Amino acid sequence: MTNEFVLEAITREFPETVISSSEPYGMLTIEVKKDDIKKVIHYLKDSSLEINFLTDICGIHYPEFPDKEIGVVYHLHNMVANFRIRLKVFMPRENIEVDSLTELYAGANWMERETFDFYGIKFKGHPDLRAILNMEDLGYHPMLKEYRLEDGTRTDKNDSMFGR
Amino acid sequence: MKDNSLSNILNQYDSKEQIDGQLYTLNLGPTHPATHGIFQNILTMDGERILHAEQTVGYIHRAFEKISERRNFAQITTLTDRMNYCSAPINNLGWHMTVEKLIGIKVPKRVDYMRVILMELARIGDHLICNGVTGMDAGAITGLTYMFIERERIYDIYEQICGARMTTNMGRIGGFERDFTPKCHELIQDFLKTFPAKFAEFGQLLERNRIFMDRTIGAGAISAERALSYGFTGPNLRAAGVDYDVRVAQPYSSYEDFDFIIPVGTSGDTYDRFMVRQQEIWESLKIIKQAYENLPEGPFHAEVPDFYLPEKADVYNKMEALIYHFKIVMGETEIPKGEVYHAVEGGNGELGFYLVSDGGRTPYRLHFRRPCFIYYQAYPEMITGSVISDAIVTMCSMNIIAGELDA
Repeated sequence: MTNEFVLEAITREFPETVISSSEPYGMLTIEVKKDDIKKVIHYLKDSSLEINFLTDICGIHYPEFPDKEIGVVYHLHNMVANFRIRLKVFMPRENIEVDSLTELYAGANWMERETFDFYGIKFKGHPDLRAILNMEDLGYHPMLKEYRLEDGTRTDKNDSMFGR
Repeated sequence: MKDNSLSNILNQYDSKEQIDGQLYTLNLGPTHPATHGIFQNILTMDGERILHAEQTVGYIHRAFEKISERRNFAQITTLTDRMNYCSAPINNLGWHMTVEKLIGIKVPKRVDYMRVILMELARIGDHLICNGVTGMDAGAITGLTYMFIERERIYDIYEQICGARMTTNMGRIGGFERDFTPKCHELIQDFLKTFPAKFAEFGQLLERNRIFMDRTIGAGAISAERALSYGFTGPNLRAAGVDYDVRVAQPYSSYEDFDFIIPVGTSGDTYDRFMVRQQEIWESLKIIKQAYENLPEGPFHAEVPDFYLPEKADVYNKMEALIYHFKIVMGETEIPKGEVYHAVEGGNGELGFYLVSDGGRTPYRLHFRRPCFIYYQAYPEMITGSVISDAIVTMCSMNIIAGELDA
């Protein structure tokens, strides 16, 4: 099973959905349309590709790209053929909602709750979407880039001196 | 799939009076001796039987991912150790391998072998405590006290390498800070010589112990299908019969050089998880022996002056060394843009690092795939319908480490 083979299979099945693809450090990484992510993952799971292990879900935030500000990154794995794939979806800040994978994978439940907790991404169809690691009444999603690690009111620390 | 929701369970009771008379809520945790960490289980009980379980996590959440976005690549090493503190070197060296993959550094063979030795020692230490504590939770405290002595000897080895015993920070980008000292060689040889007999004795205490078997066989079982759906990896998945091991599937750090097998169980219950870990300890010993006997000569770090701190004497006497030292400490060295996922076989399963770099001083995004976080989700399903003593041994045999769960 090669990256080309899998990419071709996905493109054949969903001709409209793949927005871009690349192979950073050898792992096939494709960006798909937000509304199709569940279909694509369902296809990867149940088709002969057998990419049926959900390794991880996490969020990412690019404030400088308003159209693609919030992203969700999925890592999937075919353990038998030892093939890994990374899928990404991006969305603007106003419409921060994507389909939940809880129907496909039991493990998606907490992974999505964690992503919601830290990025505020709403997962449509999730049975119990609430904060998991932070307090429920925290009121914001701390991994978004606008929240600085240090106390924002402090003036004795110059941000440029501390990395970012 | 069995409907374990509370409403469905309650529907099985005839009347409200019956429920009022029988059911009660038990808070197991957050700080309960049997939970071995800070996490809460709210159990709805009918006598000894658990009808419904709901867990709460996040009590020691320390925002490691957020902190990582503010620290340069060398500084994150201290965070990784504090996730699974029972097998800190695996976390630590796994992180360094991820950074090396991103930068494209090839480390010398000696570094690979040294890493294998330390990671396997860490795995032994992790499994020893998990199995020892499983025994303790089933009422057999002797094994735990014996195995703590053995783990201390592993910690003595760590101490020789980096000065620390628990949260070790022993790796560096490109290799190690220092080579194995003569004392370290002595300790490793001594451990390899004497540990098997001690460990065999521990095995004799529990492996065929009638009481222990009665307490653990069938307790907290999970099928391979459900385990995969939850995303289980490591000993907990292998106990259910799936022979997936990152060390074999996607070898890193020269694991392909060593001869070892992947032990698997059949039923995915507490006893199988215990036995898989027992056998893995023997396999780890085999790997350490092979790596130690064939430890290649050569440097203990790669020649990467941009990332590996120069000798202190050179910093004082050579201009270039001073410049490199300054650049590394201030995080000024250029890191390529890109994204990388690297997985290692942690003590608990697939420990993954998803790292996105925008070429800045710090990671743009760092996400840890923490196996404990994945396992603990399945806990209510595994204990619903069982008695409370089963729930205790089940939690312990899953080896849930609060630091890794919450990260």
